[in-house]
Amino acid sequence: MPKKIELEVMINGQKQVYRGPAFKRLIDVLREDFALTGTKEGCGEGECGSCTVLLDGELVNSCLIPVCQAEGARVETIEALGTPTALDQLQTFFLTKGGAQCGICTPGMIMSAWVYVREGGGSDAASIREALAGNLCRCTGYQHIVESVIATVQASNRRTRKK
Amino acid sequence: MKVLRPHSVDDALELYERHPDAVPLAGGTDFMVAWNGGSENGRLILDLSALASWRRIRDTPSMLRLGALVTHWQLQQETLVKKKFPLLVDACATIGGRQIQSRGTLGGNIANASPAGDTFAPLAVYDARVRLRSAAGRRKLPFMDVFAGVKKTHLRPGELIELVELDFPKKPARQFFRKVGTRSASAISKTVAAGLLWLRRDGTVRELRFALGSMAPTVRRLYSVESFLLGKKPTPRVVKEAVALLEADVDPIDDLRSTRFYRMEVSRNLLRAFLRSGS
Amino acid sequence: MPSVSESFRRKEGPEKLTGVAKYIDDYPLPGCIHGVTLRSSIARGVIKNIHFDPAFDWGPVTVVSAKDIPGQNYVYLIEVDQPLLAEHQIRHAEEPILVIGHPDRAKAYEALGHVHVEYDEWDPVLTMEESLDAKRLLYAADNVFKRIEIVKGDLDAGFALADFIVEEEYRVPHQEQAYIENNGMAAWEEDDGTLTIMGSMQCPFYVHKAMSPLFPREPDKIRVIQTTTGGGFGGKEEYPNMIAGHAALLALEAKRPVKIIYDRHEDMLATTKRHPARVRHRTGVRRDGTLVAQDIDVLMDGGAYVTLSPVVLSRGILHATGPYECPNVRVVGRVVATSTPPNGAFRGFGAPQTLFAAELQMEKIAARLQMDPVAIRRKNLLREGALTATGQMLRESVGASTVLEQVLARSRFADKKKKYARWNQSKRRPSWRGIGLAAVFHGDGFTGGGEVFLRSQARVALSPDGRIRVDAAATEIGQGTTSILAQIVADALEVPYDWVEVETPDTSKVPDSGPTVASRTCMIVGALLHRAAKKLKLALLNAGAHWPLGREAFERAAARACASRGELDFVEEFEKPGDIEWDDVSYRGDAYGVFSYAAMVVELEIDKLTYEITVKNVVTAQDVGKAINPLLVEGQIIGGTSQALGYALLENAIFDRGVMQNAQLTNYIIPTTLDTPPMDVTIVEKPYSKGPFGAKGVGELPMDVPAPAVAAAVYDATGLFLTELPILPEKLCQALHAQEN
Repeated sequence: MPKKIELEVMINGQKQVYRGPAFKRLIDVLREDFALTGTKEGCGEGECGSCTVLLDGELVNSCLIPVCQAEGARVETIEALGTPTALDQLQTFFLTKGGAQCGICTPGMIMSAWVYVREGGGSDAASIREALAGNLCRCTGYQHIVESVIATVQASNRRTRKK
Repeated sequence: MKVLRPHSVDDALELYERHPDAVPLAGGTDFMVAWNGGSENGRLILDLSALASWRRIRDTPSMLRLGALVTHWQLQQETLVKKKFPLLVDACATIGGRQIQSRGTLGGNIANASPAGDTFAPLAVYDARVRLRSAAGRRKLPFMDVFAGVKKTHLRPGELIELVELDFPKKPARQFFRKVGTRSASAISKTVAAGLLWLRRDGTVRELRFALGSMAPTVRRLYSVESFLLGKKPTPRVVKEAVALLEADVDPIDDLRSTRFYRMEVSRNLLRAFLRSGS
Repeated sequence: MPSVSESFRRKEGPEKLTGVAKYIDDYPLPGCIHGVTLRSSIARGVIKNIHFDPAFDWGPVTVVSAKDIPGQNYVYLIEVDQPLLAEHQIRHAEEPILVIGHPDRAKAYEALGHVHVEYDEWDPVLTMEESLDAKRLLYAADNVFKRIEIVKGDLDAGFALADFIVEEEYRVPHQEQAYIENNGMAAWEEDDGTLTIMGSMQCPFYVHKAMSPLFPREPDKIRVIQTTTGGGFGGKEEYPNMIAGHAALLALEAKRPVKIIYDRHEDMLATTKRHPARVRHRTGVRRDGTLVAQDIDVLMDGGAYVTLSPVVLSRGILHATGPYECPNVRVVGRVVATSTPPNGAFRGFGAPQTLFAAELQMEKIAARLQMDPVAIRRKNLLREGALTATGQMLRESVGASTVLEQVLARSRFADKKKKYARWNQSKRRPSWRGIGLAAVFHGDGFTGGGEVFLRSQARVALSPDGRIRVDAAATEIGQGTTSILAQIVADALEVPYDWVEVETPDTSKVPDSGPTVASRTCMIVGALLHRAAKKLKLALLNAGAHWPLGREAFERAAARACASRGELDFVEEFEKPGDIEWDDVSYRGDAYGVFSYAAMVVELEIDKLTYEITVKNVVTAQDVGKAINPLLVEGQIIGGTSQALGYALLENAIFDRGVMQNAQLTNYIIPTTLDTPPMDVTIVEKPYSKGPFGAKGVGELPMDVPAPAVAAAVYDATGLFLTELPILPEKLCQALHAQEN
């Protein structure tokens, strides 16, 4: 493989073509090549989780992924969820329960919480804390984040029961 | 950076034979940190992530074969692994957050040969074998013979880790895993311990296997302790003597994360607690 | 519906939750070059020679050094001793020497590797004690940046009355702010000669003031804009001045926009941290627990330059007594120079250091007297009418005993203490359990005459179409500034929260309402805006408006009130309250307009095999005067507590020859979800007559109280009185071993 490559990757449901160095980090590709700046860099060593995205449905730190490893893959970022005027349910509870303060860890935190809710995680604080242990937050002390996720799980449980 | 990204094992082995200086890349959870930090620039990368056949877990009547690219997250989901090798599952659950567990691979971690590799103590007590592959053929190494030192292995040029074999153990009387890290999650270990103990009907030790990580340049089995206890009953007096033998097999250091004193003290405590847990 | 006391959604929340909010690195800045900083590899010495590798392609690279600075080479703060770029002398490791720019960030970093600096290396001064020896001089004749003394009563007479004298020495380490967004700044020059700076910061006008001497031009030709800021905690109070200077210098030289974004390693290596301190207490106490004499010596490590150290020291010594009244007090504070990167602002600003010592000293005294640690606190706690060490009479809003009684009741402190004592009696238990208590006070706003000196201004503006705009330099850094200021203005005007907009802090648009520090935003800036909004309401009333007002009626009233003026605005400036007196020379008088109070009970468990300490529960009550937005206040309390638990138990900056050895989030350990206990928070509201709706400050308060409560709980669990933070398992292991032998 030469230094520059061309590859296809499905980002937030859209087929995209990347042209550039094979060993560019996925986070940089998202931010620089596709202007998806919702994914944040906090440490550059997979410790803080701010750059968390989904790669083929699996939670990963995008600062540790060379783009060549995303060839043909599905990538989902914070931009796949709601917009400021149409927040999705998880984002709405983060807003009303105080789950975001400075906001820099928030996109990554939401991605982890999103997977947790999607996989049918329970509303007990211990499991939620376990699921979010790879995302550092320095502002909140986590309690309001955990409460935001609890509220989301409870709300989606109520919805399922009604159906 | 140049990247080679083979899609078949044969291509991978052939490329590695031609470029023995290439860096084999699996989940990248260690290599990418170094690369982000500015070292490792300009290296030739042999990206193994497209080798789907090395991501599989297969079982035979007597053993499990874990492909080198099986991730730490994947290992925690497999029923058979959970049932037969719970210490390995416990270890995998302590490796970083889920983001790291879902990328880091069994083979990648072994090849990386960090003294703090969290799966190593369980693999050591399960008497794992590592199957290596090169263009020239296959060979097997007992797990304990893989490591040559800090970040060094006995893999030969052109050789890749293909899979890890784990024989199903007889049900142990006691088993134990404990990682002591710098905090409750996403931590690098200060010491990590795994133990398996089989007893005879009379309460004497049929077999003991106990391993410690982060306590020496490579993972260590406590052979002195293990052989001392063979055939003995783990009474308080015997355990005390056994624990005193721990330092024969380890040699921890002071570093950014902990001290030699603490590591020794805690490792002794863990060994003692394990040996006495049945009494 | 009134806004105040409601947990309104944070204004900028939706943008943050969707990844739309733009932090400095999210701006592409077309045509920009990336700046990186060449830093000294030695702690002390002189630069002999800088060598550029001729084999490297320097064509596309822009390099700036001290010689390129058009004005004066210093970063303006309290003194002018810190250069923007070192020219000759090196005073700490990681001191900036050159800034290097390249259109490709990776190439810029690569260029760094092709510059070689030759030094004459001198022996550094690495510890506070070494600095006090003054064998090697770094600053003035004694290495002391600042010495302050507080004297109340007659110390000798006090000790003469004492039945017991209790002495101890306490130590606290560096602490890294560890905001998750690293520091970053962009700069460029507009066609009209305006130097524009944009980035992550707490204090746009600090940056503005720092630029003038470096790049002389009219004040209105310097414009500083805050971008969404991913946490500050003090770490973006003063250091952004430095990065802004570097970015601006490179931009002027390259004639292109410049972006400087630190990576985590550089941010941790080079930027400020909490001051390490050594605090010695000698306390005279009567048999019944009454304090009669407090002799306290505070020593802080300022690092290589003065920066904010005198002010940090000031706040430190003003809190050194703890929230207690004692008739005879002497506090001597010194902050000294060392050859380490300058220490600076971090949430609490000197107070967490001295309050750790003060509260643990109370535990020691209680133990010595065989007295209940609760009883001794009750006996001496500040109450209305009490005189502090500076002779300040506490006239109002003293919640000290309320917060204490709240946490004792909510945590069932006395019962649990007994229960844990029983648990610990059995040798067969796998753990030790303990419970600890602490109480603190925290002065709100700038110290002494600081607020008077600042002369802060804030503005509320109304446009003819009915838009209400808040103009202030107070920055949103996660704490909720934007939302609470809007709530205060909405209620003063009796209009809905959503009608109020808050302008981005941009020095070309907003008045200087002072820095976003010192728990002053709500109480000081909020009060100014409250007054301005009241005046605006009066103007609307005069224009014939009647409350309650619907939106349409409000817009009609706005159009009438603005009349021909275009926009109607009211600017309020801080005025010294008549009853506050402070003498900065004698350190007597009203050190702060008012204090906030907090108490905390911490329960923890220690594993007997591994000495790992797990905080199981935290109960806290904090008196903030009035919670403008209870959810945000709770967020401050829980978040601050979590940082302080890190300070107490995990965070250990390791230095070798003046260089931080664990400058990564992998090895500098901050709490995760699993290191943070559930917290029971009670907000106590003892209103302050000069705060908006009675509000005081909350930002720093929660940082003060957890560490001494943790140390007290460890003492309760193990009988080990550990006087140095962080309380790592390694220290416990060592201490227990020593105790056994």
